[in-house]
Amino acid sequence: MRNLLIAFLLLFGSVPLVLAASSEADFKAAYAAAEAANKEAGSLRNQWTVTAAALNAAKKAADAGDFDKAIASSKEAEALAKASIFQATSEKEAWKALEIR
Amino acid sequence: MIMRSAIHFAAAAIALALAFAAVLPGVAADTIDPVADAKAFRKFFTDKFPKVKLEDFVNGPYSMDEDLHRQWEVKEQFPPYEFSLEMGKEMFSKPFKNGKSYEDCFPNKGIGIRQNYPYFDEKEGKVVTLELALNRCREANGEPPFSYVKDEMAALTAYMAFTSRGKPFDIKIPNDPRALEAYQNGKEYFYTRRGQLNFSCATCHVQIPGERIRAEVLAPALGILNAMPIYRSEWSGMGTTSRRFTTCNSQIRGVPFNPQDDEYRNVEYYLSYVSNGLPISGPGARP
Amino acid sequence: MASTIRVRATSSSETTEVQALIQHPMDSGFVKDSKGEIIPPHFIQKLTFEHDGKSVFVADWGGGISKDPYVKFSFKGGKKGDDLKVSWVDNKGATDTATTKIQ
Repeated sequence: MRNLLIAFLLLFGSVPLVLAASSEADFKAAYAAAEAANKEAGSLRNQWTVTAAALNAAKKAADAGDFDKAIASSKEAEALAKASIFQATSEKEAWKALEIR
Repeated sequence: MIMRSAIHFAAAAIALALAFAAVLPGVAADTIDPVADAKAFRKFFTDKFPKVKLEDFVNGPYSMDEDLHRQWEVKEQFPPYEFSLEMGKEMFSKPFKNGKSYEDCFPNKGIGIRQNYPYFDEKEGKVVTLELALNRCREANGEPPFSYVKDEMAALTAYMAFTSRGKPFDIKIPNDPRALEAYQNGKEYFYTRRGQLNFSCATCHVQIPGERIRAEVLAPALGILNAMPIYRSEWSGMGTTSRRFTTCNSQIRGVPFNPQDDEYRNVEYYLSYVSNGLPISGPGARP
Repeated sequence: MASTIRVRATSSSETTEVQALIQHPMDSGFVKDSKGEIIPPHFIQKLTFEHDGKSVFVADWGGGISKDPYVKFSFKGGKKGDDLKVSWVDNKGATDTATTKIQ
């Protein structure tokens, strides 16, 4: 069991070493995708504050040179933005379920 | 600005088209019927709270909780909104640099008219709220507009509400498809969930009024705007309807729109209309 | 300048009930403004109610009291027509005072 745990840790512990090769280019792509999704959420009049916060965190990390963190935050921002888009589109019908009639 | 309005109109048109096209069980989806809506809205809350008198719904949480009600009655003898109200009265009577004053912008010199706002401006094709009308009055007379979320606008609307105390909300929806659409958009906004916390206005004020969210007792949606503007202990100060709409959005982690954006004007129109007949109780105080 | 003190006192049998609303920012000195700078402490330190030459209520306040404080209390004695004097001093040395007749 303990050996299994060590093997597990070694396997996943080594992953960051691979990711450490992330470049600024990777960050820029991830950030652009997140920004585009957030912009679409904006056109649907439904942006989330946490999306903006994740984008800011991504930018801050990138400015500090930590592209791993910057990419992680960008991906989080993109996921949040996409969720807000899903919310806006599904609520177009779903609101009726709450309506007092 | 025009582009955005076009997008809004298009989005609203699509939304309406979808609403009409959708087959809703047991509901005639063909017409927007504010009269039926208001009746159902009122019945929902009076059924839910049979012991609360209709006119008492305007006191929000104080009509939901006996202990809160007692404390509020005592405080109303020396209400915290007094300073803002006095400031509002002074501001209202002070002329602009060009010699004119707010009196000249409003019917009946601005006294006892708050219950008629918002109204649908048929020339402009949009809902006009009291706050918007006040700033337009200022700008028409060469004065800079006030922030919709700060003390000055709160003081002015506090005074105007005070002159209408006791008068029932009297919101009109003219027989104009644009007015009906604005009303419907306001209604849709009210029930639409938003923000990361996925709350709609209805989530708190229709589904669980009288219950608590953290330490606060939730107000019912019926009569919820009648006490505006309010001195909120949470804010340690007076706040406008715009302030409440925007801060509520951010509290549920939704990016707020700009104060007096269409969505806010329309939801104020909807909420005021369905509270027609209930007395203006503003300016108010809340926890 | 208008007084910062609103006060009302009503007497019945042997007790007088007093309510007061005082306009004051009561800044604790721990809150930051929108620029991130500390708003300096500015609060009432002593609040005194006097009747018939005696202090009937004295409060020693700190920054924990909220803005525009409201006070309510009762004291033994006092009758209709008597004077009740309220005064406060804040940490900047500013003061205000008001007198009302007990109703």
